[in-house]
Amino acid sequence: MEKGKGVLGAGRRWAVDFSDNSTAPSSRDIPDPPGFTRASVDQDDSAVSRQKKDAEANWKAQKAWEVAQAPFKNLLMMGFMMWMAGSTVHLFSIGITFSALWQPISALQGVGKVFEPYKDNKVELLGPKLLFIALNLGGLALGVWKLNTLGLLPTHASDWVSSLSPAQEVEYSGGGIPL
Amino acid sequence: MAIMSFIFAFFFFSSLQPILSLYEDQVGLMDWHQQYIGKVKQAVFHTHKTGRKRVVASTEQNIIATLDLRSGEIFWRHVLGPNDVVDGIDIALGKYVITLSSGGSILRAWNLPDGQMVWESSLHGPKHSKSLLLTTNLIIEKDNSLIVFSNGRLNAVSCIDGEVLWKKDFEEESLEVQQVIQPPGSDFIYVVGFAASSQFETYKINAKNGELLKHESTAFSGRFSGEVSLVSSETVAALDSTGSILLTISFHNGKISSQQTPVSNLLEDSPGLAVIIHSSVTGIFAIKTDAATIFIRVIGEGKLEVVEKTNHETVVSDALSISEGQQAFALVQHAGSNIHLTVKPAHDWDSNLLKESIKMDQQRGFVHKVFINNYIRTDRSHGFRALIVMEDHSLLLLQQGAIVWSREDGLASIIDVTTSELPVEKAGVSVAKVELNLFEWLKGHVLKLKGTLMLATPEDIAAIQYMRLKSSEKSKMTRDHNGFRKLLIALTRAGKLFALHTGDGRIVWSHLLQSLHKSESCRQPIGLNLHQWQVPHHHALDENPSVLVVGRCGPSSDALGVLSLVDSYTGKEFSSLRLVHSVAQVIPLPYTDSTEQRLHLLIDADKHAHLYPKTPEAIDIFQSEFSNVYWYSVDDDNGIIKGYALKTKCSGNVADEFCFDSRELWSIVLPSESEKIITTATRKLNEAVHTQAKLIADQDVMYKYISSNLLFVATVAPKASGEIGSVTPEESWLVVYLIDTVTGRVLHRMTHHGSQGPVQAVLSENWVVYHYFNLRAHRYEMSVIEIYDQSRADNKDVWKLVVGNHNLTSPVSSYSRAEVITKSQSYFFTHSLKAIAVTLTVKGITSKQLLIGTIGDQVLALDKRFLDPRRSVNPTQAEREEGIIPLTDSLPIIPQSYITHSLRVEGLQSIITVAAKLESTTLVFAHGLDLFFTHYAPSRTYDSLTEDFSYALLLITIVALVAAIFVTWILSQRKELQDRWR
Repeated sequence: MEKGKGVLGAGRRWAVDFSDNSTAPSSRDIPDPPGFTRASVDQDDSAVSRQKKDAEANWKAQKAWEVAQAPFKNLLMMGFMMWMAGSTVHLFSIGITFSALWQPISALQGVGKVFEPYKDNKVELLGPKLLFIALNLGGLALGVWKLNTLGLLPTHASDWVSSLSPAQEVEYSGGGIPL
Repeated sequence: MAIMSFIFAFFFFSSLQPILSLYEDQVGLMDWHQQYIGKVKQAVFHTHKTGRKRVVASTEQNIIATLDLRSGEIFWRHVLGPNDVVDGIDIALGKYVITLSSGGSILRAWNLPDGQMVWESSLHGPKHSKSLLLTTNLIIEKDNSLIVFSNGRLNAVSCIDGEVLWKKDFEEESLEVQQVIQPPGSDFIYVVGFAASSQFETYKINAKNGELLKHESTAFSGRFSGEVSLVSSETVAALDSTGSILLTISFHNGKISSQQTPVSNLLEDSPGLAVIIHSSVTGIFAIKTDAATIFIRVIGEGKLEVVEKTNHETVVSDALSISEGQQAFALVQHAGSNIHLTVKPAHDWDSNLLKESIKMDQQRGFVHKVFINNYIRTDRSHGFRALIVMEDHSLLLLQQGAIVWSREDGLASIIDVTTSELPVEKAGVSVAKVELNLFEWLKGHVLKLKGTLMLATPEDIAAIQYMRLKSSEKSKMTRDHNGFRKLLIALTRAGKLFALHTGDGRIVWSHLLQSLHKSESCRQPIGLNLHQWQVPHHHALDENPSVLVVGRCGPSSDALGVLSLVDSYTGKEFSSLRLVHSVAQVIPLPYTDSTEQRLHLLIDADKHAHLYPKTPEAIDIFQSEFSNVYWYSVDDDNGIIKGYALKTKCSGNVADEFCFDSRELWSIVLPSESEKIITTATRKLNEAVHTQAKLIADQDVMYKYISSNLLFVATVAPKASGEIGSVTPEESWLVVYLIDTVTGRVLHRMTHHGSQGPVQAVLSENWVVYHYFNLRAHRYEMSVIEIYDQSRADNKDVWKLVVGNHNLTSPVSSYSRAEVITKSQSYFFTHSLKAIAVTLTVKGITSKQLLIGTIGDQVLALDKRFLDPRRSVNPTQAEREEGIIPLTDSLPIIPQSYITHSLRVEGLQSIITVAAKLESTTLVFAHGLDLFFTHYAPSRTYDSLTEDFSYALLLITIVALVAAIFVTWILSQRKELQDRWR
């Protein structure tokens, strides 16, 4: 850049100024052609951009809803996997269950991030967010339910008494066949 | 991915399958095995031929064994049955060991070098009589023959094949044959005996064909008492039944002539009742009175002369012929801590062939028997060796004034065993004798590493194996972290206490108990059992642990008791008590005083309870628990089980505040015409139970009925109490009871029709397993009963359990009458049993296995899961997950689960399990004639690395990994730098 400038400064043969001066008529020497109104162009341009923005907002809202619904597919998929894994505790079923638990949790943690690209003051994100959260909570519930079917939740009496030491006895008795 | 994880999971779970057997090179690492023969009754030397010199011995435990005369090791050994008592042994033809057993009805010949049986013949006769075995060098029909008198019949038996060559009956009803004599070099036999206790009879019999040559008899005014002593081949000495008149009877050429000499003529002071000692020394016999042993010489025709009167405990051996016509015999006398061994020629009392004084361990007691043998020294003089049997049943070989070897054969008859901890290792005080230095340690690990990496040469492998077996770690005299090192304290029938180290089985100390020693006030002391008296662990660590030995003066139940307290570190008897009451039961109470001495209640024959130790503190502790202490007695003769509570102080003679009267609370009287008690079983006092809940399929819970006051009783029909097969199935039944011993409540009763004893049972936690014979199926069966507390079953509310709002852990009383349910199941089992026990771990978390002492004297481990009453033919998926095995009609015997592997514990009596500190491991000690000890982990050692884990390999791996990390880090740094420069 510096170089170019130096060259220009030293011995410039010709130059074309591409800068658009159309918006500043006062600085122009040449009058506009007849029938050309500068204002209308300006107006038209803003209308187009507004249209564009609306479209984008729509698109964003639509996308947000799509994103919000994405966990549903996941949910179905998870359900299928869980059904496949069976209800016995082994490596596969535990893996599936923990991924089913982890996915919604990590998704819930990143709710803001997921909807960041669709953030717009014109786009109502509450609905998709709620749906997203609800679906993920559903996924979480599914995971917990699976955990329970695997018997890994302490929901039975057996889970609380399994290491209960025997009760102390009040009486003591000894004896047997005389020696 | 899923496939991968499945494969991974498959390998992971398949590697979890328990492998309970051990590898060949693990034998001897954890286990040790010791072989004994018991108290020697008779010994015969075999030293004539070249080759290994040996001694053949028969013992009171009905064993015949040959021992190496150099080292005392057993060459071979045969255990005859408990009813096959050995009457006599001898060596015939220089290659056969002849044994006469079972009251003289079985004669066997065993090959001397290897112990194989050569022949066996059964000798029956018209009546029961004394059995006498006589080996002769008589040749009948070209066969060397034996003369055996048994069951009223004289037999000549061929040595070669055991064929009876001739026999002669002595059917006269009252005839008691005392001696069978063959005068040397003759071909006739004298049979000498008493008829109707007052007639002296001699029969002269042709040894070639059994023909009666001459029969003489002469009457004697008095009556004879038992034994006769052979003075020469034609003279015997006897005592009359009053023990005051000595008779010498000679029957030369069939003519009987007798001489009577009153004992008082020979001795100045009145000797009291005398008994004749059986000996075979020519010309001399011995009588024993209360005070002394008197040796009497026979001079000429019936003249007697006292040659020596010894006041010590004196033992005399049989005569040994050392050269043509010359006999010698040995005398052993005690003098302080020494014993004097004297060998004298038979013809000359005053000269000695040998006189030695040997220092003897006081803990061996008196000499009981002596056997001698001679050898020719290089200077052609006679040397003698003597085998002596001591009071503690040990066997020693004496030669040239020294003990060549000794065997602790008292350990073949252990009565009771308990354990004791070893001292804690203190800083600065190293109890270990051999501490390895660093170099040795490193060398060992390098060797081990070589072994792991399969680089070891055969010599290295041998060195590794030697190192593993002789690891000084396992035989240290201090406590270890895992609780593997302990002292096994064993009380033997001889009244001696042994402490064995669990690491290698060596005897740490042994002590012949003074309280179980014969004395004026205690004529026939017997040891009854052992209890842990003091187990210091919390606040009395300075004290040494001690054991309580309970004994009694005599076999009857009302004989006075003796107690002694023995320090288990040193073996010193620091207190011994002669009780003024009898001992019918010893009840260790679950209370200890401030020095960790356990309170014991001794019940006497009059049902008084005596509290020990007799200290004010003990009585204070006892008073506070007074109303909660009960006791029960099982009278197996009358079929009555009674429960008692304690009443106030003893009413009666002396004010003894440690004595309490008993009050009968309940009794269970079994109908004597239909039931006879044969077995009882209770829970072990020190058994720990981890949990009261049993989780079953579908997250359900059953509450175990856990009570230490549970008694299992098995009764059979009185007719069926004999041997198996003596009754028909219709008239035989087995009834089992589970009884609460506080209230006398019968919790469960079950009848097995067509079944018969003997019953072996073990009770643990909430279950009992018992073994019996099913007459209908002609097979042995094992049954299990599990008992559950139904009244706790409604504790199902999770929230209450979460906040702890339940009464499951509050103390329970037997009077609350818990509602119980039982489940039971029976299975066929192949073996008959000698003993049964269950593994015991420190917290009771590890699953249980039954330890079964089989009839083949081995110990078999059987998983308790096979004896689960919830087994069914088709368990559901949930039940399978729980670990329920599909029901089969018989219990499997897995050859790998013999914990004695290839060894046998001959004459197995009982199996003792002790918890190690490591939860997974239980220490198993099996004893009978042999001793066997091992560590056993019912669910493998899940809580520790295996012994062959290579720490060196781990260390090297870690070092290598760290080094690799550094190297790669440096390399990557360098590469990065180069990349930047590019």
